[in-house]
Amino acid sequence: MPVALPDATEDELRAIIARHADLEGALLPILHELQETYGHIPAASAPLICAALNISKAELHGVISFYHDFRDAPAGRHVLKLCRAEACKAVGADALAEALLRKLGIDWHGTTGDGAVTIEPVYCLGLCACGPAAMLDEQVVGRADAEKLDRLLAGAGA
Amino acid sequence: MKIYLSQDSAAKALCAEDVAAAIRAEAAARGIAVELVRTGSYGMVWLEPLAEIDRGAGREAFGPLTPEDVPALLDGTLPGLGPVAEIPFFKRQTRLTFARCGVIDPLSLDDYEAHGGLAGLRRALDMSAPEIVAEVTSSGLRGRGGAGFPTGIKWDTVRKAQGDQKYIVCNADEGDSGTFADRMIMEGDPFSLIEGMVIAGLGVGADKGYVYLRSEYPDAIAVMTRAVELARAAGLLGRAVLGCGPSFDIEIRKGAGAYVCGEETSLLNSLEGKRGVVRAKPPLPALEGLFGKPTVVNNVISLATVPVIFERGAAHYASFGIGRSRGTVTLQIAGNVARGGLFETGFGMRLGEVVEEIAGGTASGRPVKAVQVGGPLGAYMPVSQFDTPLGYEEFDGAGGLIGHAGLVVFDDSADMLGMARFAMEFCAVESCGKCTPCRIGAVRGVETLDRIAAGDGAAVALLHDLCATMKDGSLCALGGFTPYPVMSALTHFPQEFGQSREAAE
Ligand SMILES: Cc1cc2nc3c(=O)[nH]c(=O)nc-3n(C[C@H](O)[C@H](O)[C@H](O)COP(=O)(O)O)c2cc1C
Ligand code: SF4
Ligand code: FES
Repeated sequence: MPVALPDATEDELRAIIARHADLEGALLPILHELQETYGHIPAASAPLICAALNISKAELHGVISFYHDFRDAPAGRHVLKLCRAEACKAVGADALAEALLRKLGIDWHGTTGDGAVTIEPVYCLGLCACGPAAMLDEQVVGRADAEKLDRLLAGAGA
Repeated sequence: MKIYLSQDSAAKALCAEDVAAAIRAEAAARGIAVELVRTGSYGMVWLEPLAEIDRGAGREAFGPLTPEDVPALLDGTLPGLGPVAEIPFFKRQTRLTFARCGVIDPLSLDDYEAHGGLAGLRRALDMSAPEIVAEVTSSGLRGRGGAGFPTGIKWDTVRKAQGDQKYIVCNADEGDSGTFADRMIMEGDPFSLIEGMVIAGLGVGADKGYVYLRSEYPDAIAVMTRAVELARAAGLLGRAVLGCGPSFDIEIRKGAGAYVCGEETSLLNSLEGKRGVVRAKPPLPALEGLFGKPTVVNNVISLATVPVIFERGAAHYASFGIGRSRGTVTLQIAGNVARGGLFETGFGMRLGEVVEEIAGGTASGRPVKAVQVGGPLGAYMPVSQFDTPLGYEEFDGAGGLIGHAGLVVFDDSADMLGMARFAMEFCAVESCGKCTPCRIGAVRGVETLDRIAAGDGAAVALLHDLCATMKDGSLCALGGFTPYPVMSALTHFPQEFGQSREAAE
């Protein structure tokens, strides 16, 4: 996740959309690149996507809201995903997450007051033999404990 | 000196990058030439980060490593594990699908070929489409994604279907908790998946493949994307497969964090750029799949197993296993377990043998309470069911399912009512919303379990009814199978639901 996200200009939005518009099933690739670039799906992109792919605004909204990955507003500067699924629960993921959320004073999906980090639940990262698992942006973390998470968050400026 | 170090996500999550940096720094400081090769993982996660050193007399394993171990590693004074093949967890396996994983540089096609890669495809290129499909059918391979449907029969339907365009879609959504075989093979031996998809294309007459890969796996996405580029550059993909075959190409598509998109029709909708809502069947995806065209949808492990079937022959593959479960099962041992990781073996081993002997029981050292087999929709199997042999029919008979073959081990501190509640909560969060028993039923399920937790014994009957409704009234296995973990927890651990054993049965 880039630290300072650029503001979207219409030309840039058009360029991103055009890069994928000819693919079969272009919508998800477009949404992914928008989100990677701006940290969310900018509202200004909606009419451009609808025109490029010949879909209605309702359809577009339906898709964006269906998938957990897409957001319509930016997250914190970093996103920490904590696994809540069974294999991680078997090694104490619940207690770990509860303690961290309490300490940060936020709930799931919440962002720390300084905007440094958003905590998201995730259901399995494929690290189920070394749980509890976490992922800070795209950095994977195994056998997470309070101390490891503190160090990660400190590194992320939270 | 050559050092092989795992680059699998699990190794990275356990600080393999710090070990890699320490090896480079220490070698530079000593002025010695060290060739550091990054590999996939052998799957012994409790030994990660695992490295092997070859000083000219073969590879010797060391692990789990920390950066502080590196000086002794280079001195030759660090106690080691011996050759990987001699480690008991590894020695007991039959590695067919995972034969190269951990051994080779995942992005070296030369390594891949030197270890048997492309031999299967070369054989398939000399066969007719019906012969290719017949080879898969006679191997007995069944879908490893969950449902266990015979792969050859699916391919034959697509082969016979009329269509100007056909597709091979690889299901790499691997959403089940306790599973990571797809991730490991994509990170550790991506060309085996590519080769399997090419053979599938030859068999059914498709020239386009998609890999729908979950966004939670950034490392696997990076490796697969690079592998496809390399395969194109080498002519394995493109206008003429290996210079002589028909055309075939592959695109990697990223999922967007929806568990239900692992269900094949939901996945197809997602690939088409729509909401990942489940489609009613018929029509079968084999006849009207992606963009309405005949489509093979197969799991990563199903497809990545195809090359070895062609390399060694269907009869060799089918010689492993029991009953109608032929070949190998790529078990993923996870959760509260002493020795967790990937264990590939012929079908037929008893569940208890895997959990107690191979995995060494729990990591906490406390007694095992239950094992959830087959992901979040799989049953909790108590110790009393540990004699069940690993086979599709055998597990079905025990009220469970093999699914994608994940085993999640829990010790005696596990809160089974809490796990049942979580199963309902997960279903509510991930429901595609199409059927009421799933969408609404799961929310009611959470409420009902909360009532039971608060001491309302009468709510247990309600839970039974609710589960029956979900089972009968759901279009797909998300709503239809969520009752498995819930009811198995209730049946085997009734005291935790405020019931006596007799009342629960
Ligand atoms: C809710 C749900 C989730 C599923 N998730 C996956 C998955 O992540 N990966 C997978 O291969 N199959 C998954 N499946 C099974 C697929 O629908 C399908 O059976 C499979 O991809 C077919 O490939 P196979 O025959 O090679 O197993 C899921 C099914 C359901 C109902
Ligand atoms: S059972 Fe649930 S996930 Fe499956 S189709 Fe119905 S609503 Fe969708
Ligand atoms: S269950 Fe947490 S990483 Fe798989």
